[in-house]
Amino acid sequence: MGQLIQEEQSQLIDTGIKMSGARAVLEILLREEVEYIFGYPGGAIMPIYDELMDYQDRLKHILTRHEQGATHAAQGYARTSGKVGVCFATSGPGATNLITGIADAQIDSTPLVCITGQVSAHLLGTDAFQETNIIGISMPVTKWNYQVTSADEIPEVLAKAFYIAQSGRPGPVLIDITKNAQFDTCNFQYKKCLGFRSYIPVPSINDLQVKQAAEAINRSKKPLLLLGQGVLLANAESELKHLIEKADIPTAWTILGLSGLESDHPLNMGMLGMHGNYGPNLLTNECDLLIAVGMRFDDRVTGNLDHYAKQAEVVHIEIDPAEINKNVHADYPVLGDAKAVLEKLIPLVDQNDHNDWKERFKRCRQEEQKKVIEKAMNPTSDQLSMGEVMKWINQYSGGEAIVVTDVGQHQMVACRYAQFRQSKSSITSGGLGTMGFCLPAAIGAKLGSPDQEVVAIIGDGGVQMTIQELGTIMQCEIPIKVVILNNEFLGMVRQWQELFFDKRYSATEMMNPDFVKLAQAYNIQSERVLERDTLDAAVHRLMSSKESYVLEVMVAKENNVFPMVPTGASVSDIILEKPNNYESK
Amino acid sequence: MSLNKSLTISVFSESRAGILHKITTAFSRRKINIISLTVSECEVEGVFRYTIEVEEQEDSIRKLVLQLEKQVEVIKAFYHYENELVSQEIALFKIPISAIAAGKAEKILREHNARVLTLEADYAVIEKTGYRREIMALYQELESMPILEYASSGKVAISKPETDIRSYFNKSVPQHAVIS
Repeated sequence: MGQLIQEEQSQLIDTGIKMSGARAVLEILLREEVEYIFGYPGGAIMPIYDELMDYQDRLKHILTRHEQGATHAAQGYARTSGKVGVCFATSGPGATNLITGIADAQIDSTPLVCITGQVSAHLLGTDAFQETNIIGISMPVTKWNYQVTSADEIPEVLAKAFYIAQSGRPGPVLIDITKNAQFDTCNFQYKKCLGFRSYIPVPSINDLQVKQAAEAINRSKKPLLLLGQGVLLANAESELKHLIEKADIPTAWTILGLSGLESDHPLNMGMLGMHGNYGPNLLTNECDLLIAVGMRFDDRVTGNLDHYAKQAEVVHIEIDPAEINKNVHADYPVLGDAKAVLEKLIPLVDQNDHNDWKERFKRCRQEEQKKVIEKAMNPTSDQLSMGEVMKWINQYSGGEAIVVTDVGQHQMVACRYAQFRQSKSSITSGGLGTMGFCLPAAIGAKLGSPDQEVVAIIGDGGVQMTIQELGTIMQCEIPIKVVILNNEFLGMVRQWQELFFDKRYSATEMMNPDFVKLAQAYNIQSERVLERDTLDAAVHRLMSSKESYVLEVMVAKENNVFPMVPTGASVSDIILEKPNNYESK
Repeated sequence: MSLNKSLTISVFSESRAGILHKITTAFSRRKINIISLTVSECEVEGVFRYTIEVEEQEDSIRKLVLQLEKQVEVIKAFYHYENELVSQEIALFKIPISAIAAGKAEKILREHNARVLTLEADYAVIEKTGYRREIMALYQELESMPILEYASSGKVAISKPETDIRSYFNKSVPQHAVIS
């Protein structure tokens, strides 16, 4: 009976019913199939929060402990679920606290709709309490933003917001709604946005470009495919695998392309970039064809552009026209959605084998195994390494877990060594490099993919930037496995200071709180590992716990992450270990 | 290092408060100085045309134009060399009435095809429309009058190659569907 009444009500709503702007916002979220809202209330968004009381059964609100946490949680949710992450925040400081997460989502192409409260329209521009020009502030870091000052605008503007956030190359959208627009009555009728004239989210595919790309692939003797997040965003993982298996193309992933292919796939040659794998970096400068799919040739991937793959032709499959020829000249650009392009490309590509070329990667892997990986995973020193922690996490996750990382040395180690069997299982802040990302992102990641374990791997620096989100984990009972790799340093900066600044450790040594006690204060199980003997069992306890768990591992204070492409160097000048007399720059 | 070139960017966008900020932010983020900027509605109702002059390396403007097009309200952006455009600017000069009375100005105004907009007790306002170099030539001649006030518009320009901005609209936009 109750359900019947509800159905009747929703029919009434769609033929145009009078309701407050605040209620319209929540009705729209239901129609956009939003499950979770990550947010924090405050004066200017109180009408919406008040209405939320009546929607608690259908819209779950996650109260983070800081608005930045809300954006990162929404990002984690969006990245594992493939849906739009939704945030609420109030005006002024609530809104400005969203900015870091929005900027992160913009550079990493993550779909968010952030709704901020704003002072009433008649107070705009008067320096009213908690008034800030969030439209102006967020403009450079959003895909789109808009200020709503009357309730009648809400349906159309929010429809556009959801459409823009997730169409084409996704990104964050911010909608600022004045308090009067939340209180006022609108005639509610919702039409989902299906497009508008000034915006072409997905360029149509030019068949000639596809044909030319296929011919280049068929000619190539030494192809290398670069797998970017565009593959994951387009859900093109199986098409990509089909292509590389058919044409036998060694494949390397960018940090955001991680998990787009099984880690142990024979054609997966590892990670690109400054701390990526030896083979893909070195052989970038030997391949005859680079096939970039949904990636943007970030400077951390390319190193010095003047010495980047100059011998190779480049196929660039990309949804965003502004990325073509931005950093690397594309001989064969193919504009379009990665899945649609690959579907057209596969039939035109010849079955092939590149055994000699793959052998080169294998030999590089052997050398890296001996000089780097073995030392990282099975160190001979008494001190624990970050790599051996990853070894045990892999052991107990079986590659099925979502690995969320923060930013710094632990991120590079985790991304290098984590094993993945499922796509969309690596969540990290790639483009912006936002310390503090991990803990809140892990919360969202778990809600976006509840059947997977979520392991949050964080350094002692980054964890303290958003550590208050332990409160969110506690209150919402979201089971996260938190691993704090504690070297009592801001490790990546310290590594650079050691290598490039004469070991002048300016402001990088950290005195930390007792993380175990801190976790216990939040009623979260926790323990600390100091020695190798106890590591295996501790990771096992962490991974088999049904509830949240914080595992602090005291690792070597001054380990470095290798291999490394020093800044300004060519990718093929990648170093496997610290040279004896490395010249500081 | 290639040299900076005089280039004119034309941006066509929907009308909305804040678009100008979005467009200029794309320039300032890359430290590209805007020499002049003119905005008006174009031949298509509701579509605004921004004419922006820069001196910059062509490659960075090529990339900038793509970034401008990424803005969801921007329909299309182009950049052009001077010879691909028909352009005009307008300048106003305020000079003392004594210069007119003394007969010094008449010949200059005739030679430069300039005209007097208003004559007041103390001053006259002269208008000159043309290329910037023509305006600057008049400026030099009037300088000794002296010039009491000077103001000039940015460039308004129309490109020689045929461009129908309507052809850049997303034509595959379906009708809105009501969802339950």
